[in-house]
Amino acid sequence: MRTGWIAALALTASIGAARAQAPAQGEPIKLIGVVELSGAGATAGTNWRNGIDLAVEHVNAKGGILGRPIQILHYDTQTNPGTTRAAVQRAIDEGTYAVLGPVFSGPIAASMQIAQRAEVAQLVGGEAAGLTKQGNAFLFRTSLSQADAMPKLASYLKEQVKAASVAVVWVNNDFGKGGRDVMIPELQKRGIKVAADVSTEQGQADFAADVIKVKNSGAEAVFVYLNEEESARFLRAAKQAGLDKPLIGETTLLGAKVIELAGEAANGVRGHVGLSVDAPVPAFQTFGKAYEAKFGVKPDHNGLKGYMAVHAIKAATQRMGKVDRKGLAAALHGATVTPTDEPGILIETTWDKNGDIDRESFLAEVQNGRQVITQTLPKLGR
Amino acid sequence: MTEFLQLVLAGLATGAIYALAAIGFTLVWQTSQTINFAQGEFVMLPAILVLALVRFAGWPLPAAIAAAALLFVVIFGFGFKRIVVDPMIRHGVLPLAIATMALAILMREGAKDGFSAEAQAFPSLVPTGAVTLFGASLSLRDLSILAVACLAVLALHLFLGHTRTGRMMQATAQNPDVARILGVPVERMILLTFAINAALAVVASLLVSPIYLAKFSNGETIGLAAFIAAIVGGFNQVRGALVGGLLVGLVDNLSAAYVSASYRTAVPLALLVMVILLKPEGLLGRREERAV
Repeated sequence: MRTGWIAALALTASIGAARAQAPAQGEPIKLIGVVELSGAGATAGTNWRNGIDLAVEHVNAKGGILGRPIQILHYDTQTNPGTTRAAVQRAIDEGTYAVLGPVFSGPIAASMQIAQRAEVAQLVGGEAAGLTKQGNAFLFRTSLSQADAMPKLASYLKEQVKAASVAVVWVNNDFGKGGRDVMIPELQKRGIKVAADVSTEQGQADFAADVIKVKNSGAEAVFVYLNEEESARFLRAAKQAGLDKPLIGETTLLGAKVIELAGEAANGVRGHVGLSVDAPVPAFQTFGKAYEAKFGVKPDHNGLKGYMAVHAIKAATQRMGKVDRKGLAAALHGATVTPTDEPGILIETTWDKNGDIDRESFLAEVQNGRQVITQTLPKLGR
Repeated sequence: MTEFLQLVLAGLATGAIYALAAIGFTLVWQTSQTINFAQGEFVMLPAILVLALVRFAGWPLPAAIAAAALLFVVIFGFGFKRIVVDPMIRHGVLPLAIATMALAILMREGAKDGFSAEAQAFPSLVPTGAVTLFGASLSLRDLSILAVACLAVLALHLFLGHTRTGRMMQATAQNPDVARILGVPVERMILLTFAINAALAVVASLLVSPIYLAKFSNGETIGLAAFIAAIVGGFNQVRGALVGGLLVGLVDNLSAAYVSASYRTAVPLALLVMVILLKPEGLLGRREERAV
């Protein structure tokens, strides 16, 4: 916690000092975001882009990377895998130093080979477990993998919710199916019965039928694993139908945007969150205030991920001592970046040889329209 | 059984919203031979206008709803007729259909760039919670949506069948040349039809947006469902559109529960194909003969 305060002070000081410091000069380092700015992933993508833009503003104001400013561009993928592939190729052709995005796992899976072939580091927001199991040395997460998050949630359902049976509601895309495939064996391993296994569609608008199925399944708790907008629609439908079982989920069920969209229906929702501006990490809260001041809304975890992605690139480049597009991936593998090294990283973060991330995470509950952190979970220490 | 009852009610509530949009299809078709492929976007936009007035002008919700409804009826009722339909209709149905497709894109992208690409919360104007009936827990929202939609259709039915203006509109729909000879102000009746279509779209928008969340892309789902509903029920009958809407909503919900969520959009399409093969004029539609 002490290091958290030091990081917050450093971040606050650096944001303030940035104004007084000479801005970066020299040839810009080009970074291109390949982002879901429309389509089903617009909520996640907009947060990710805003986080990146805020980071670029802060980094440039503080002298850039090795004295060079960052030039940032974003291409809209429309949450479409084909458009994402084209956008990643375009970003590489235009000389991006690293590819920032996308956020959804399906478009990541469809486009990651392009960055891999070009030997360009790609920092993504996806959580699907399979992404980092394909031997791609250029792919780096900014959030915990499902393989790490789901066991924590299954244990939470067993030990704290004390549910003997659980209904699993998941979105039928790479993110949702990946989570479902990891979660169900974890539940069964702990003796929890899967009362209903409900598949839904990405972009689905009406969840009345799914909620009725869940309600009549007799499950003692419901595990909801949908993207942000669909999570909000599900919560609204659940409230309408009077579904009174504990609703448990991951970051995509408890995020700020979901709470805003679902309104009162989000109250009582519990689960595991990787990143949150409500977490007891002062640097997160400082970031949250800066984001809210600039964009007028509270950021969700994707805003934090975008912010940290840019600072991870900065930290790795400064360690190399040179701007080396091919060397960036090698510099990130096995790297641990602490807020003391780079205040913009906000919390100590480690990337392993597969590009998976390790850092503290949190258990949370939505109370009176606010996400309240109930417990901090330590790094896995792999 | 209770699950089935709950699913039927939820399906009918969704279907009632589709029906409001489908009725717009049939009204506009009957009076001006226009297929409005922007009908889904007509349902999407009023909610966005309401939120824009609340956010940018700081208006309270009731005032924003009233102003947005009025604005929408003027622009997308009267304006749509004058600016899009009148200049295009003389070139035939196909160019007009393409013009409405272009309008749909314009409305969609305009809402995205002018307001937001992200979904937005929209407050529910009907009661929330559930009541228990025959052992089944029924959503008050679904019951309210069904009631509001039925009231809107009943009001339209009474207006068309029991008022002088309504009968003139029917005469215009049946044979505009004869209606004109009989002194019916055909142009004004057609204009009124477009205004009613816009008003029904506003009602549908206010009902559906709390469920779907207000988003620029909502029109795609609603437009397709309403188009299927209008064809299934009968493109030339208002009551056909009502039945078609309810049926599509029902089939959609039951297939999501008992077949698969992946195929929920395919099942209404299968229903459409069956109706076209077995009863091309629609379930309640009447056969039309045209000179070519």
